Amino acid sequence: MFAFILRRLAVAIPTLLLLIVFSFVLMHLAPGGPFTGERALPPQVLANLEAQYGLNDPLWLQIWNYLVSVVIHFDFGPSFVYPDRTVNQLIANGFPVTLTYGGLSFLAAVILGVSLGVVAAIWHNSWVDYLAVGISIGAQVLPNFVMAPLLVLVFTLWYRWLPGGGWSFNDPSFWVMPVIALSTSYMASIARITRSSMLEVLGSNHIRTARAKGMPEHRVIIRHALKPAMLPVISYLGPVFVSMITGSVVIDIYFSTGGIGKAFVDSALNRDYAVMMGVTILVGALTILFNLIVDVLYAWIDPKIRY
Amino acid sequence: MTKLFATTALLTALAMPAFAVQPAEGETLAENQTYTYWLLDAIKSLDPALNTDVEGSDALRSLFEGLMTESATGEMIPGMAESHEVSDDGLTYTFTLREATWSNGDPVTADDFVFAWQRVVTPETASEYAWYIELMNVDNATAIIAGEMTPDQLGVAALDDRTLQVTLSAPTPYFLNTLSHATTYPVPRAVVEEHGQAWTQPANIVGNGAYTLASHNLGVEIVFQKNPAYWDAENVVMETVRGVTVNDTNVALTRYQAGELDRVQIPAGQFPRLSEQFPDQAVSVPQGCSYAYVLNLGETGPEALKDQRVREAMALSLNREVIVDQVLQGGQRPAYSWTHWAIDGFAAPEDGMQDMPMDQRLERARELLAEAGYGPDNPVRLQLQYNTDESHRLLAIAAQQFWRPLGIQVELNNVEWAVHTDRLQSGNFEVARYAWCADYNEASTFLDWFRTDGYNSGKWSNAEYDQLLADARTAEDTAPLYQRAEEILAEEVPAVFVYHYAKVDMINPAIKGLPRENLLNTWYAKDLYRVAE
Repeated sequence: MFAFILRRLAVAIPTLLLLIVFSFVLMHLAPGGPFTGERALPPQVLANLEAQYGLNDPLWLQIWNYLVSVVIHFDFGPSFVYPDRTVNQLIANGFPVTLTYGGLSFLAAVILGVSLGVVAAIWHNSWVDYLAVGISIGAQVLPNFVMAPLLVLVFTLWYRWLPGGGWSFNDPSFWVMPVIALSTSYMASIARITRSSMLEVLGSNHIRTARAKGMPEHRVIIRHALKPAMLPVISYLGPVFVSMITGSVVIDIYFSTGGIGKAFVDSALNRDYAVMMGVTILVGALTILFNLIVDVLYAWIDPKIRY
Repeated sequence: MTKLFATTALLTALAMPAFAVQPAEGETLAENQTYTYWLLDAIKSLDPALNTDVEGSDALRSLFEGLMTESATGEMIPGMAESHEVSDDGLTYTFTLREATWSNGDPVTADDFVFAWQRVVTPETASEYAWYIELMNVDNATAIIAGEMTPDQLGVAALDDRTLQVTLSAPTPYFLNTLSHATTYPVPRAVVEEHGQAWTQPANIVGNGAYTLASHNLGVEIVFQKNPAYWDAENVVMETVRGVTVNDTNVALTRYQAGELDRVQIPAGQFPRLSEQFPDQAVSVPQGCSYAYVLNLGETGPEALKDQRVREAMALSLNREVIVDQVLQGGQRPAYSWTHWAIDGFAAPEDGMQDMPMDQRLERARELLAEAGYGPDNPVRLQLQYNTDESHRLLAIAAQQFWRPLGIQVELNNVEWAVHTDRLQSGNFEVARYAWCADYNEASTFLDWFRTDGYNSGKWSNAEYDQLLADARTAEDTAPLYQRAEEILAEEVPAVFVYHYAKVDMINPAIKGLPRENLLNTWYAKDLYRVAE
């Protein structure tokens, strides 16, 4: 097991390097640059800017310098579009926000989704099932860019319960709407996956055996059905967790949270090379890490899997 | 021998005891003097040398003050400069600074200006607005930006702590008007040298303006607090100013209605409804920007557009009234000139196509196209490029529909912003949506665009036009020159002008002192106050 983890980590390093090089090249292939604006800059000013940011070096040298700065100094450089801040600062500001509302959304989605799915499976084809399926389909078809402005309308304008946007780590009232808007559709998917997986497990032999032994139903469900039923859910949760904590551009736009999701999309549109690379590496590293965690969890849950 | 020189506005201003707007009779000030305004996006930089956008300038006007500042109605009044003298040849300006301090208690000195201006033109600063110091004609600016001279050779010197001397490379009638721009603000040398690029962060920043930076959560909120050390602090009423970022205009409007914001932009198409519902809050004022379809007449442009008759037919047949009244619906005006109609002292040429009834215009357009060998059976085929935006898309569709019946087949090409500007600047387009906003309130801010060596993405060139603008720099009466220049644009149609902007906002009626007649929409938080409701 330990050797497996080490092996995977060893593969992760060249993967990340490849990701950096590919993104870097693709980014520079895109038309325009960070300093292309409505008004063309005088050539000398543009030349000064490019010299300052090292953009007039050959591409291979730019990549090399970038790798050296990232790997040796863990310095992602200054932002091209927010010159007062470094990429490290931008990520340090935005990532905790995203991590907070993303993490809470993940918890909400998992707890509610799994409960809903389990309940639906146990009372299969009863009104409980139909209600649970109805809720999850409803949640799935309401996209978050529709739900977000609706939430603001209801909770901010009509009831005046919650602030319409912004962010504070000290005041959970700012977290409520982002969490609802982000978690709903994931909750629905988790509920559906849990339900079908649970149904399959409940029909399997070891459950019949457990019941035949006279085990109380709640122990059958919790001890014997839930664990194997979670396998497909967990493989779904790995990437979902990463995409939730690395932000949702929709949530960031509608609730002005200052999170990393909007920063990522903006950096691509503004050709803010440094921020774009920084967030790409962050998302890439987290994806690799959580895929590994999912694999480890698999082995722990499913005795048939051994690395 | 130097002579004392001051504009009338300056004299009037000097005679006034206080510059800030004061509550009128019968108005009671609210307990809570807070103004919360809407920001579409994060403020990119609070460094006067690095700022490039309007939102940043709005913030910098609170945090810093230049040699000159503006009154609530947009006239130039003294800021840090108490008085100034101009040499006879108009090349040397000597400013006497008032006694003022930075927010950390240090005195504001002439050296802070010298440092700030040198910093802007230093190539290593990589300021996108270095050209502004060139525009001001400060001596040697161009050579320093090009790296041919050192920054200390810039035409600005501190004669003593309170005397600043500026040397220009040419007499510049508008020089004083450039001095309220954020790029020219002083910066505290000691603070910048201590913190480097991080000097504008809340814990470090030191300013000389009416407000200090209380907090700045990038992309969420920026908060300014009244600066007790500001030289005119006794006339500043508003205690706290908050800029709140809301990226979606509809959500921003909802939050305005919930009382979270005092000013928001009205989303496209909603002005008629809101002005009926809230006549005391929905406000449409002219905004100094013009919208156009630029035609590529350069080597890379299509053959058909090189024919003036085709271009004229396009201009004639575009029904701007429908675009303004049916699509935009926010108090914008149809454009038949490049210069915004509300620009100071500008009079649009008369007897243009705006006075022809639409059916006559269409008739004329058909004739012109037929002469050029085109018509519905043999259409002109063009690509219209615009950047991603709902209103650009609607306008492009409208234009397509207006042109199609005459035999101008336009294919729409939607690209993202960076691609759009890149293609515009490299001449890789046929017809492209474009907009230009005034840097200062005078027609040349628009007309310079079409000079042969101006931005002029369409590569149109006309010797008479260039000469008119060159003459205007020194002319006593510029109005006829600008009018003639617009006539040439109307004849030769290097671009189809579409509309002149309006700024369409919801403004809380309790907030007083926001300028409503200032085309550039510059505002100073120190002029604002909130009345009790």
